[in-house]
Amino acid sequence: MIANPSAAAAERPPIVTLAGVGKTFDNGTEALAGVDLSVGRGEFLSLLGPSGCGKSTILRLVAGLDEPTTGVIDWHDGVAGRAAQRARNVGFVFQEPTLMPWAKVFENVWLPLRLKGVSRADAGPRIMAALESVGLADFATSYPRELSGGMKMRVSIARALATEPSVLLMDEPFAALDEITRFRLNDDLLHLWAEKAWTIVFVTHSVFESVYLSTRIAVMTGRPGHVATEVVVDEPSPRTAAFRTSAHYGEIASATSAALHEAMGE
Amino acid sequence: MSAAAPPARSREARRRRLDKWLRIGLPFAVLAALVVGWDFVVTANEIPTYILPRPGLVVWTIVADFGVLGPSLLNTLLITLLALALATIGGVALAIALTQSRIVEYSFFPIAVVLQVTPIVAIFPLINIYVGNDLAKLLICAWIVAFFPILSNTTLGLNSADRNLRDLYRLYGASRWQTLRYLQLPAAMPYFLGGLRIAGGLALIGAVVAEFVAGASGFGTGLASRIIESGYRLNIPRLFAALVLISATGILIYVSLSVLSNRILGKWHESAMDRGRR
Ligand SMILES: Nc1ncnc2c1ncn2[C@@H]1O[C@H](COP(=O)(O)OP(=O)(O)O)[C@@H](O)[C@H]1O
Ligand SMILES: [Mg+2]
Repeated sequence: MIANPSAAAAERPPIVTLAGVGKTFDNGTEALAGVDLSVGRGEFLSLLGPSGCGKSTILRLVAGLDEPTTGVIDWHDGVAGRAAQRARNVGFVFQEPTLMPWAKVFENVWLPLRLKGVSRADAGPRIMAALESVGLADFATSYPRELSGGMKMRVSIARALATEPSVLLMDEPFAALDEITRFRLNDDLLHLWAEKAWTIVFVTHSVFESVYLSTRIAVMTGRPGHVATEVVVDEPSPRTAAFRTSAHYGEIASATSAALHEAMGE
Repeated sequence: MSAAAPPARSREARRRRLDKWLRIGLPFAVLAALVVGWDFVVTANEIPTYILPRPGLVVWTIVADFGVLGPSLLNTLLITLLALALATIGGVALAIALTQSRIVEYSFFPIAVVLQVTPIVAIFPLINIYVGNDLAKLLICAWIVAFFPILSNTTLGLNSADRNLRDLYRLYGASRWQTLRYLQLPAAMPYFLGGLRIAGGLALIGAVVAEFVAGASGFGTGLASRIIESGYRLNIPRLFAALVLISATGILIYVSLSVLSNRILGKWHESAMDRGRR
């Protein structure tokens, strides 16, 4: 673990930066205030914090689904304006699988490409490759209701994969799953991240999940939400189950846990 | 444990088969009992035919008078189906318009409600005066009553698409048309089909009621006119025969629409899934 996180983060060029971002909802709820956060290209950043501290709100702002009330969100990719969002190609995985129940797995994964005007035939190989990488190639013609919770979540990930996103935003994607499935999906995700060189922003309320997955953890505190501390996880890739039981893992986890408690107590 | 699995599965299968038979068999058994009871009451009390005919006579009348009743049945059926088709087109089109624009919604939804809450019997004399064509009169009447459940259900359905899915569409830059076509219309399907089933019954009621009201003014070729006419002539068996044909038409419409609904939703919607599994 590195004590001075900003030095480590500076190694990667930022892809998106939030400066002084605040969000107050119409009903008066001040969800975020003064959020400063930089996402480095290719990093696996976790947002860790108690429920209700504004983690989902940050993801929605980064995705452009909501506008910040104060502050600015800067993308460092040279495109600007409304049309930029389409070109930018941000992937989003929600907490629930969010699949269309009337469409087969194949059609669900096709959706983002279809909306961009890619035909079924042209999208086919990419869709099958995405399904392949989450281990669901045999289920392309199944309906979502025929799948288990973990499989649905994997379809949801495959859908984000198929677009080859420059930034993948994931909002507690595994929170509703049992531990065995969650561990397996954690490993699958790390594998994909290493393979595709993506940038991932991953929301979780689990200290252990965040330590296992991330290169950096932003610890958040609520009312109104902001980033209290950052923890860098200096364990190299690839990480395996052995990392989960190592002393190094325990060390970082307890430090992160302490940071989270301090943030909640302040 | 593995030895216990096959019997458990076959017990489940047997239970499901039994459930299916019960669902079809029970209504018929109850109906048969009612008919037998009816026949018994008539013979035991020696009720004259001009008050309550025996069920056998009603069936015989349907066959014997089919030259008169058949064309009337066809007529009522035609008006009902035509009104249902027009109500479907109108209801869905207006529902789409309402959900595309708040201005349209605020402007037209209240008017649709007014049409719905005003009893059709009360409006009909006006329609009778304004509209010349007899067929058109009945059609308008049946359309007004059948239209609302389709409109309101479809509107509800179009607005009920999952919030996260809407966000997903927005995130991936979907156009209004794409959102409507790939998200809102499929999401509205179960609601629309529920509305269609209600509308099917209402279209028949509208067609019959309109003919009743119009019947007094002297035209009419549907089953309702046969009922009025038979009432005047005290031809009670024929009145019953016409009544049975109307009921049968209603049941036929309901069953066809239910089958259609299950066909369309079968693969994905809870409502269409096997009852045994719930
Ligand atoms: N659309 C909204 N309108 C009003 N308040 C909201 C809305 N979305 C979230 N909030 C509030 O903002 C706060 C942060 O929410 P959220 O970002 O979902 O937290 P988290 O994801 O960390 O659990 C909560 O207090 C929540 O009630
Ligand atoms: Mg959340």
